[in-house]
Amino acid sequence: MSVLVLAEHDGKQLKPGVTNMLTAAAKLGDVTVLVAGTQASEAAQAAAKVAGVKKVLLTEAPIYEGSAAENLAALVLTIAEQYSHILGPASAFGKNVLPRVAASLDVQQISEISAVESPDTFVRPTYAGNAMATVQSSDRIKVITVRATAFDPAGEQGAAPVENLAPGPDLGLTQYKGSELSKSERPELTAARIIVSGGRGMGSAENFKLIEALADKLGAAVGASRAAVDSGFMPNEYQVGQTGKIVAPELYIAVGISGAIQHLAGMKDSKVIVAINKDAEAPIFSVASYWLVDDLFKAVPELTKELSS
Amino acid sequence: MKVLVTVKRVIDPYVKVRVKSDGSGVETANIKMTMNPFCEIAVEQAVRMKEAGVVTEIVVVSVGAQQSQETLRTAMAMGADRGILVDAGVDVEPLAVAKLLKAIIAKENPQLVITGKQAIDDDSNQTGQMISALMGWPQATFISTITVNGDTADVTREIDGGLEKLTIKLPAVVTSDLRLNEPRYVTLPNIMKAKKKPMEVIKPDALGVDVTPRLKVLKVQEPPSRSAGVKVADVKELVAKLKNEARVI
Ligand SMILES: Cc1cc2nc3c(=O)[nH]c(=O)nc-3n(C[C@H](O)[C@H](O)[C@H](O)COP(=O)(O)OP(=O)(O)OC[C@H]3O[C@@H](n4cnc5c(N)ncnc54)[C@H](O)[C@@H]3O)c2cc1C
Repeated sequence: MSVLVLAEHDGKQLKPGVTNMLTAAAKLGDVTVLVAGTQASEAAQAAAKVAGVKKVLLTEAPIYEGSAAENLAALVLTIAEQYSHILGPASAFGKNVLPRVAASLDVQQISEISAVESPDTFVRPTYAGNAMATVQSSDRIKVITVRATAFDPAGEQGAAPVENLAPGPDLGLTQYKGSELSKSERPELTAARIIVSGGRGMGSAENFKLIEALADKLGAAVGASRAAVDSGFMPNEYQVGQTGKIVAPELYIAVGISGAIQHLAGMKDSKVIVAINKDAEAPIFSVASYWLVDDLFKAVPELTKELSS
Repeated sequence: MKVLVTVKRVIDPYVKVRVKSDGSGVETANIKMTMNPFCEIAVEQAVRMKEAGVVTEIVVVSVGAQQSQETLRTAMAMGADRGILVDAGVDVEPLAVAKLLKAIIAKENPQLVITGKQAIDDDSNQTGQMISALMGWPQATFISTITVNGDTADVTREIDGGLEKLTIKLPAVVTSDLRLNEPRYVTLPNIMKAKKKPMEVIKPDALGVDVTPRLKVLKVQEPPSRSAGVKVADVKELVAKLKNEARVI
């Protein structure tokens, strides 16, 4: 079995979750990692040092600027037939590219796997994680996206060889016009050991400062419910849930979040969950390890203070 | 310009889904069904573009069982002009849906296809990208804005780090994210009007597409449940528990 893994990176580093995906990949066979971008050699070097990686392919060209789904899929297709499995992350990046690869190969993609049962059988969450389906693929090449939180990160190794791979065709279908990326000193949501999330109960963008102060005290990332994002309290990239980010930190603190199915889908695999809500009946308490029925405007500053003492 | 929008009938997002005791799937008998929320956003976008004079006709397509006609009627009550049901009897996999759509696109020649970014039942997040690949068209997934300028469109995509802006050539496929718009409620007069709008029903065979599944569902199970938690009396107790019991801070 030979496995091709499409790495997500920022040019210099692999994105959080890639090493987790490589753990899943190693269960399937010999792993080759494809690192493509406008500039990607540092990220390729990083990939070469992840345990289990046999070879890294590096492709650098201006046509891979931005998300570049069409051109990246076309690049993968230049080598796809050499592999039994093609994996990508179940992130906005991977979800954008992999289905194009699958359709072009006439393969039914297996989305967001959470376990590898055998080379053709995988477990994947459906219905916002309320039904775990075990599926067996009959396709000749398995195209798969991987849920990072379901696998442990792979360790390190002495560097595997890095080879250059020629760029694929430039399809010229889309023009990249730039991006607005949030800059924060805090850890990235999907990589954080601790996350403090706020919901509609926060009441305003201004009040999210309470969440941020607590997060900074804990060295935590900040998250939000959809209601908090829709209300404009926080930007979209902070949304945790079925249709936002899937997280599983060691500690998740949910503040003023009711606990809708769609929110739980994104955080219920966290190791320890704390919920702070003034409603004693809030559904979030059903998944909480510890819960506090209290007004958040009193409890959160108190908690920040208590942690300082 | 003509727009084609896809819609899927799914279990209502606010229903607690239950896994069948024989592990063959989830309970669907007597369960409230609705239009996939992301498809609703896709339909709403097409209707707004028609209201703004950018779009001349909206064709809405669903692949599934006969009951999906209700979903198509809802889309027509929102403002779509006509409906096409590909009566596959059951839900089919995204790849097969994309192939069926390719066949329909060949007949309809839309300039823009709008799909939801994912269906909240299967959570696959594939169909739009697959249609785009099979057509050899540009794609813009997870969009939160779209402006059409002649034969191109400017879009904003919601990505993991923030937002991305693209200009795509038309025809293209775009998939809707939550913040693209807030779908309207359908009114009774519009529901009545929708009943008179044309609805075509086609079988997958007639489109020359084999919809045989590639994935075999071996079993469906409940996720592992979390062990019961503890209510704490105050912040002091919470901090003590986190430090001494859970040892996470
Ligand atoms: C297709 C679809 C996709 C979705 N995707 C997501 C997703 O990815 N992520 C997501 O989060 N949601 C998602 N949702 C939305 C989800 O259904 C809920 O609407 C949302 O999670 C609610 O957010 P909330 O808990 O912040 O708000 P609410 O449900 O309004 O809860 C606010 C909570 O704050 C508490 N509160 C208020 N004031 C105080 C106070 N002073 N002190 C303490 N507590 C207080 C209240 O008691 C209440 O429990 C999705 C919905 C749909 C239909």
